[in-house]
Amino acid sequence: MKFGVVTFPGSNCDYDAFCAVRDRLNQSVEFLWHGDPNLKGSDVIILPGGFAHGDYLRAGAIARFSPVMKSVIAFAESGGLVWGICNGFQVLLEAGLLPGAMLRNRALRFSCRQVYLKTETTDSPYTNSVQLGAVLKIPIAHAEGNYYAPERVLDELEAADRVAFRYCGPHGEIADEYNPNGSARQIAGILNEGRNVLGLMPHPERAMEEILGSADGCRLFESVLGSFAGGRAAGGTRAKVA
Amino acid sequence: MKAIVTVRLKPGVLDPQGVTIANALGSMGYTGVAGVRSGKVFELQLTNGDTETARKKAEEIADKLLANPVIETYTVEVFK
Repeated sequence: MKFGVVTFPGSNCDYDAFCAVRDRLNQSVEFLWHGDPNLKGSDVIILPGGFAHGDYLRAGAIARFSPVMKSVIAFAESGGLVWGICNGFQVLLEAGLLPGAMLRNRALRFSCRQVYLKTETTDSPYTNSVQLGAVLKIPIAHAEGNYYAPERVLDELEAADRVAFRYCGPHGEIADEYNPNGSARQIAGILNEGRNVLGLMPHPERAMEEILGSADGCRLFESVLGSFAGGRAAGGTRAKVA
Repeated sequence: MKAIVTVRLKPGVLDPQGVTIANALGSMGYTGVAGVRSGKVFELQLTNGDTETARKKAEEIADKLLANPVIETYTVEVFK
């Protein structure tokens, strides 16, 4: 299968994502420049972390209008896998592919450290080889990761099993003390209605080798690969996206 | 023509910056400041058109780009 990693001016985790796919997953991967709408036949699009367009105005607000995004939105709407990590999640929110918005971290600080994530659903191409409830150690690195959505939207996300990951303690404890940024209901990652689009604030592409602190990020990449084993993404069998 | 777009967080949306500024005012000795909400101001230099056209254009720009309707509201003022 082939991954496409979008590079916006200011992306800084594009190489991490590229190497995760090439070196750990041994799959084909190509960079996609933000100014070129050609997705080059990618089966999965990764919108990487960083500060696209300097995060000016709001994180993701300018990137959302980059030429490549028209193709990415059409690809997502046709059931294609689109995975936004950190800044990429912010871009997906601004693009309307996922509901809600990011506020500044409640402590007003950029936070870069390992956190624990509880796997809340295995019904997605990104988590289908992870055990339900599994605790993954994955780093965060952001200043605006305080997920916000109106209560009604949060209820809808939970009712439809669209919360992919929550911040938790080392043993899966869900408590405010383990919420690194103030996110509503400890949400770290969400799926769209079609389950083919994932927005995730922490960085699995930085958790691909034990020597770097954790290899738990491999589980997500392996899930994506596994979901393509039958020639199509598990999410692609679902109905249209939100 | 000039349009001033003021973008604010919606009431009820947590404003950590506003809270921090309010706390700072308290430690500076200011009393009687019950709360602070932060926001952004954009000044658009518009060419052509009358006041109403300029207002419409500024509102469209605010809707599409300057404000995120999930968390923010905006007001537009137009000056000759």
